[in-house]
Amino acid sequence: MTSTGPALVEMTGIEKRFGSTRALRGVDLSISAGQCLGLVGRNGAGKSTLVSILSGLLEPDAGAVRFEGAPSPRVGDVSRWREWIATVFQHSMVVPDQSVAENIFLGSTDSLVHWREMRARTRDIMRAWGFDIPAEALCRDLTIEQLQIVEIARALARGARCVLLDEPTAALEREAIRRLFERVRQLADSGVAVLYISHHLEEVFEICQNVAVLRDGELVMTASVAGLRKDDLVAAMVGGAAVSEASAAQVSQARGPAASEPGAALLSVRNLTSRSPSGRLSDVSLQVSAGEVVGVTGLLSAGVATIGRTIAGAEGHDSGEIRLRGRIVEQGRRDAAQRAGVGYVPQDRRAEGFVPLLGVAENVTMTITDRLAGRLGLMRPASRAAAAAPVTRALSLVSSGPGQPVGELSGGNQQKVTVARTLVHEPDLIVAITPTRGIDVASKALLLDSLARVAHDKGAGVLLCTDELSDLVICDRVVVLVRGEVFTEFSSPPFDRDELIVATEGMADAGNGTAEEAAR
Amino acid sequence: MISDPTPDTQSETAGSRAPGRAPAVAPGAVRAILARTSDMNVSLLREVALLPVLLVLLIVGSLVSPVFLTVSNIAGIGQQISALGVVVVGESLILLIGGMDLSLEGTYGLAPMVAAWLIVPIAAYGSGAQLNPFLGLLVLFAVGAAVGLVNGLLIVKGRLNGFIVTLGMTIVLAGLQNGIVRAQSLFNLPSAFGYLGSAYFGQVPVSLVVTVAIFVLTGLFLRYHRVGRAIYAVGGNPAAARAAGIKVERVKIGVYMAGSMLAALGGLMEAGRVSAVTGQQGYGEGIIFSVFAAAVIGGVSLRGGRGNMIGAATGVILLGFVQNILDLANVSNYWIEAIDGGVILFALVLARIVGGEKTAEDK
Repeated sequence: MTSTGPALVEMTGIEKRFGSTRALRGVDLSISAGQCLGLVGRNGAGKSTLVSILSGLLEPDAGAVRFEGAPSPRVGDVSRWREWIATVFQHSMVVPDQSVAENIFLGSTDSLVHWREMRARTRDIMRAWGFDIPAEALCRDLTIEQLQIVEIARALARGARCVLLDEPTAALEREAIRRLFERVRQLADSGVAVLYISHHLEEVFEICQNVAVLRDGELVMTASVAGLRKDDLVAAMVGGAAVSEASAAQVSQARGPAASEPGAALLSVRNLTSRSPSGRLSDVSLQVSAGEVVGVTGLLSAGVATIGRTIAGAEGHDSGEIRLRGRIVEQGRRDAAQRAGVGYVPQDRRAEGFVPLLGVAENVTMTITDRLAGRLGLMRPASRAAAAAPVTRALSLVSSGPGQPVGELSGGNQQKVTVARTLVHEPDLIVAITPTRGIDVASKALLLDSLARVAHDKGAGVLLCTDELSDLVICDRVVVLVRGEVFTEFSSPPFDRDELIVATEGMADAGNGTAEEAAR
Repeated sequence: MISDPTPDTQSETAGSRAPGRAPAVAPGAVRAILARTSDMNVSLLREVALLPVLLVLLIVGSLVSPVFLTVSNIAGIGQQISALGVVVVGESLILLIGGMDLSLEGTYGLAPMVAAWLIVPIAAYGSGAQLNPFLGLLVLFAVGAAVGLVNGLLIVKGRLNGFIVTLGMTIVLAGLQNGIVRAQSLFNLPSAFGYLGSAYFGQVPVSLVVTVAIFVLTGLFLRYHRVGRAIYAVGGNPAAARAAGIKVERVKIGVYMAGSMLAALGGLMEAGRVSAVTGQQGYGEGIIFSVFAAAVIGGVSLRGGRGNMIGAATGVILLGFVQNILDLANVSNYWIEAIDGGVILFALVLARIVGGEKTAEDK
């Protein structure tokens, strides 16, 4: 790689094994001051391992990490590492019941707490970087975007010269992402080295100067973003074999307009109103027919998640009704909704998607124990494994076997377990909320394709609730929610990305000029 | 043994076998069976990680007293730990769903007290109802079920903290236990009532047979029954279990009820063993510490979703050995509690060292 300035962080010959898997095989990577380096790779490529090693949490089996040529501090000596490199993890690492200032100085080596000074320094950092979060605020009251800022500020307070951002946009909305990018540029301009890890290649193209690609634990490419084609980047990530996987979604996209005639309404939602904390709904009505994929999009806080959760029975509502095949589904009862034939892919897989200590097969078949069990309610582990196998194979789920605890799998494979668990009980209607969040390009195509197939081959209805516009390619119709109300509906694919963006921002004139601005 | 998959395999091969011919098993099937068996051995080894500790205790015991390894002493230990064992099964189930129940010791005292009170005559401090002893047993389980239901409703539906609810419940139950008989003890229990805790099949105490059966059946239930699997799912991640359509609240309340009914049964065994129901039984003796200790030593996690009956049984046996060795060593009564507690703490540390990562609390 050609870069200006001395390497601030340099990894050489990093090797790491977990049992029989070689997570990293001789990785050489360096990051220079003032540079934003993108790191991409499929799930299981070794990104998380690399992040752990760079953060000083995991000892490599071989190889070394150097900071400005000097050997790294001892692994586990987190406070010394933090002086060099600070990581903003995918999952927030703040203490919710403490104030912003306390969190920023968490782990400080002073034995006495100087409250006034702590707050003053917090305010200084916030002011210097143009952040606007009060030092006294409790972290539990902050938004995800603000929590991220707290973590970045924590890194800056330590004087870290390299910031590692692990999937920072995963839980952010569009405006927040734009502001994050500004901050990242600001950091890089002031000489901080940034390692930016993301599944969203367009983000990498937007803010990174260079990009490094990990595949099966090896660094297969480092290149300047300028002049790089997205296809080449995807090819480097996926390698030769799996390209067909990536194009799977396009295959089913090229279908005829719904093979099965959109029959009578499978799902009919009328005047749904909810004061849910996950986003209000007011007077929302929509229908899904058998064999149809309907998208619901908008900002997540605009009720996109709420409508999915409500229909799936994961939460109740205040008024209105939900009918499946004309029959009212008891509200707020997930088990009742499932019995009525509603499958559910929850928004947060860690919270609701799987039981980490239990095996793959057991998690996947958790929805069909009634079918697997004999007269006395007894089940054989072998029959669970047999029932899970076809679905996990179809989703190319990678595990050491049906008994491997799901908690040990990579994020993408965990998401596949969550989707498999839903597909396996062959629901009439699948409600999927942000099903592709945090997973790589190829897996994403595979999951979307599996949802589209359920609709087109098996005649199930699919309600896809997402703020990820690229997921909407599989939809026959898209309903846009703004502030909990149905704002508009797009009924003829393909959908124009810019128009969708304009609509989700609640701009009535989904027209020409404004689209450009809104997309920015 | 509980995780033994071979019966299934055998019945499969038996079904596919033509009558009158030698069993022909495909080489692939043999390999599969071998693979499964070796899998099983590995997991079995993990489950009985405390076996070396038990062996050491056996040696220590036989050094302390020649009586230790006699059949009658071992049978005596069996009878002594049966009651505790049944309660440990109940507590383990509750721990598996991610709950905790301190009031099992209250139920352990109150349920047999109420039943005995309804059975024995007024002259023996009974209620005067002079209930048929078998109806009395129904009452015993009804008391257990009722306590479990109240706990379950308060904790699951009322979303109150399980620790404080069951702590309060323990005290209420212990108060009732003493209140209804004005702090008297009930003797002269009918033989049907005392049978379970005092009778022997030859050299083997009936209570031990019943307890072993309960451990085995519960172990099989947890492993092969859909509700048993649901218990692990609910304890491992209640939100994911709910999203998968499991009736989380029903499973939890059911487990609180089952746990309390097992505690009532344990109380019945203890009453039979000592031929009386005293005001001290349960809360007064503070058995809940031993119950938690046995479960935790056996690798049942206090965070839910992790543990099994083999481990729990090992924990119970270990405590039984320790108790018996202390008795045989003629440790002074003044010191026995301190030593007992100390030994349990020591056993916890040992179990943590021997049991490896799975017995560790999260960092």
